[in-house]
Amino acid sequence: MADIGGAQETGKKGGKKRRPGRRGVVRVDMTPMVDLMCLLITFFMLTTAFSKPKIMEIVLPEKIKKEKEKEEAPKIAKSRTLNVILGPENKVLWYTGAVDDPKNPPPLQVTDFSPTGIRALLLERNRALFRKIEQFNNDVISGKIKMPLDSIEAAVTRLKKEDDTGPIVLIKAYKTSNYGNFVDILDEMSIVGIARYAIVDINWIEEQMVEKTLGITPGSAQ
Amino acid sequence: MVKIKIKKMPKIKLPTKQPFIDMTPMVDLFSILLIFFLLTGTFRAQEPAPVDTPFSISEKPTPDFNNMTIVFSSDNRVFFNIDNGPDTLLKFRPKILECVGQRFNIEFTPEELRKFEKYNTSIGVPIEKMKEFLNAEDPSLREALQTGIPYDSLNNQLEVWVLCARQINPAVMASLKGDARTEFPTVRRILDILQDKNVNRFNLVTSLRAVKVEDTENK
Repeated sequence: MADIGGAQETGKKGGKKRRPGRRGVVRVDMTPMVDLMCLLITFFMLTTAFSKPKIMEIVLPEKIKKEKEKEEAPKIAKSRTLNVILGPENKVLWYTGAVDDPKNPPPLQVTDFSPTGIRALLLERNRALFRKIEQFNNDVISGKIKMPLDSIEAAVTRLKKEDDTGPIVLIKAYKTSNYGNFVDILDEMSIVGIARYAIVDINWIEEQMVEKTLGITPGSAQ
Repeated sequence: MVKIKIKKMPKIKLPTKQPFIDMTPMVDLFSILLIFFLLTGTFRAQEPAPVDTPFSISEKPTPDFNNMTIVFSSDNRVFFNIDNGPDTLLKFRPKILECVGQRFNIEFTPEELRKFEKYNTSIGVPIEKMKEFLNAEDPSLREALQTGIPYDSLNNQLEVWVLCARQINPAVMASLKGDARTEFPTVRRILDILQDKNVNRFNLVTSLRAVKVEDTENK
């Protein structure tokens, strides 16, 4: 295409005796090469993954298998407890404290995963610690606190450990909630910087509370 | 009368030769791009089931080795994948398959083990069908055999896979890669199986999402 003329010219000369350096360079038709390159690039672009997938670490408490090893579950202050229940259809339900009387359970509040939903609630309760972590991060960025990069994470963990005002979040999942909700709520914990949270199995009272609040008949929620 | 000779205007001579476009810089550019993509990218392994991982703000990259991945798709199928360890000479993959095979009284030939080693995507084949799977020539037949690893309490093969993986490679870490739409009871069940085998630390594989949180009140 681009070089047909040139190619013909050299073809004509083929019959004669070759005189070196007569018309300068011999042109090579690059078009097929460009085509090939295009194909290869497209292929590699489609098959390669550039960003490695990220991971989020969670550590669950060890299961107690033997009866004799059974310890008393750690007691936590009722006033600091925040129960978060993952509901169906990306809903989040929460109540504070604990269920004292199964016949008269505390009312459940319904919210969602938007920034003004569960995050605002958690942020409000965890403001003191969140401020501390933010202040610390700003100090590191502006150079007020000088420390090696790899010890920043440890320092934040220490801040979280020292905290004794933030909520203790108990995460429970209703049976029709999904894995995405689960990761979302764990993500909220790290966004807001909640120091203490645990994943707890839902009990039947809470299941009933969810069903009552959302108006689900227990049979249909399979 | 004066004869006026009308002279025709001279034709503009069009060059008979086609314009020559020099492709060399283009080739150069493409070569550079090609080399760039070859070096920066890693091959994306084709997963046997579509999995849309949930999002999180975590920026930790997945470890390169010592990683066992449990993949679960939204139709509650479970797949298992493990790498060969920090050194490919360690050949963890065939050893693990051998170990799992022994528990179910299935012996794999060296060739089958080699095939398993090379097969680098996650596997969701019941162990009884593994031989058939490894010897299948047709990819669509293989696809059909990926029915998921059984993980119910009667036939808990996932447990055996986890156990063998931990025996062969004690440094292995568990990653969970799941579809965001998977129902939570499935996830709970998988976590339970892992915890029964004393795996308490999990890496949840997520996609990165940027979130900015601002403390709105009394700043």
